[in-house]
Amino acid sequence: MAPFSIYSFLGLGVPIIAVIYYAFQSEQGKPTLSNIALVTHGSYLLGFENSIVLALITSIVPGIIGLILAYAIATSRSATLKRLVATASGVLANFGGINLTFMFIATLGSTGILTAWLSAIHLNPWNFGFNLYSFYGVALVYLYFQVPLMVLVITPALGGLRPSWREAAENMGASSWGYWRYVGVPVLMPSVLGGMLLLFGSGFAAYATAETLTAGTVTLAPIQIGSLLAGNQLAGQENVGYAVGLGMFVVLAVTMILYGLVRRRASKWLR
Amino acid sequence: MASLIPDIVEDALVAVPEAPGRRRRPRLRVWRAVVLFIAGAYFLIPIYAGLRFSFENDAGHLSLYAVKAIPSEPGFSAAFWLSMRLAVVTLALTLVLMVPTSVYVHLKLPRLRRLLDFVTILPIVIPPIVLILGVLRAAPLWLRASPYLLSLVYVILSMPFVYRSLDAGLSAIDLKTLVEASRSLGGNWLNTLWRVVVPNLRSALLSATVLTLALVLGEFTMASLDLWTTLPVWIYQFQQVDAHVSTAVSMVSLIGTWLLITLIVSLDRSQSRRTRRRTNNS
Repeated sequence: MAPFSIYSFLGLGVPIIAVIYYAFQSEQGKPTLSNIALVTHGSYLLGFENSIVLALITSIVPGIIGLILAYAIATSRSATLKRLVATASGVLANFGGINLTFMFIATLGSTGILTAWLSAIHLNPWNFGFNLYSFYGVALVYLYFQVPLMVLVITPALGGLRPSWREAAENMGASSWGYWRYVGVPVLMPSVLGGMLLLFGSGFAAYATAETLTAGTVTLAPIQIGSLLAGNQLAGQENVGYAVGLGMFVVLAVTMILYGLVRRRASKWLR
Repeated sequence: MASLIPDIVEDALVAVPEAPGRRRRPRLRVWRAVVLFIAGAYFLIPIYAGLRFSFENDAGHLSLYAVKAIPSEPGFSAAFWLSMRLAVVTLALTLVLMVPTSVYVHLKLPRLRRLLDFVTILPIVIPPIVLILGVLRAAPLWLRASPYLLSLVYVILSMPFVYRSLDAGLSAIDLKTLVEASRSLGGNWLNTLWRVVVPNLRSALLSATVLTLALVLGEFTMASLDLWTTLPVWIYQFQQVDAHVSTAVSMVSLIGTWLLITLIVSLDRSQSRRTRRRTNNS
């Protein structure tokens, strides 16, 4: 136990403490709030806003798509399909970074395959204002790992939706809509919200995909940290990166607390 | 993380009970086909595009030149071997640290399991970019000058997956009886761990190994910010020279990882099936 405690303290505790400590230090080593003030204004604030919007888009949209997909599979009778989707989701949910970037450039880049197919029917998306190397391009690419993640998270909850409940509801005269309104949705809601919160965290923290796809040109909080670490900083603002890191901690801590609350509610139906 | 999850999910998926005599709803079937078709297209087209791009030359004709060129590209073998060395060191450190710890906690301090659960989930919650920010600031200079600083951090990153798979493996065996039997037969602790516990954890160790390797070989964020040209960093940088070759390396490494995972998992399945049969016969 001792080696593990020491290791995780040095590898996790010390770096976290360092980030928090230097967020409140000036370059001269004096305590200051100026880093925090910088981060809550101007371009750094914009980075947080964009990151939060991106995380919201890439949690709500894939959340709904993943739910529909998981439901389509859970109600199917084919065990092969179920096994295939479970395995594929496991692999795809871990996708990201450089491989994903290259695959999407080959698909929807200006000379990509899908772009070529679509321009053959005069629907080249680039002519309609689409740009893969932009904020919405990043959001589209994030779907690729967020949807499978949602499928993985939500499938056990769908399994907990017992057919007998539906039969009971129908026996008491409920329509399909009535069943979903009074049984299905209330039972699933905490699990769906929990899944979306997880997706929010993963979309908010992701760095490699956005960085490699846009070469660091989108204004997102993780990209700003990367750029600061690479030495693109103004004199007298050397410690501002730590304040951005602290800000990310705060957002993720709130997300995880909410997740814990929702999770407790969801587990009620998962026995 | 994922390779752990599928088994659980698979069970949940397959175990969904069939509603006896439920009306077959044709509308539902059409709807399901449409959903699956769209999802299939979204997930398969990029894979196809990546493969296609890897086997194409600049003129757009099918060609193997990119794949053949990989080993001789400048910087490739250095990056490849750096990634391999990091993977081996990370794996060794992870196993030496995590196996005795989880065995010890299971055996002697079961009350600490919740704490361990919490500590080992932290690396998922803390963004890698923030962790490396703190690491680069806090690490002493001599360590920052070495690529193996990355291995030390990757051990932290792999903890959630490794601990979870070891924890599941340890919960599935009667650890206490095994250890007591070994001890009463005169085995010392090291002997017990190596010759009794480890063989019984084979499949947990395998999945921990696979997850750690996949993690190290694909990690970009920390390696690029620590300024070491590991394989993913090299792939990213080389796209400016030849995007076909870069994409080819990325697809080959992807397929290689999948093959490795499939191989190890299927080896393990057939192995455990054989063991089970043997136990049944005896």
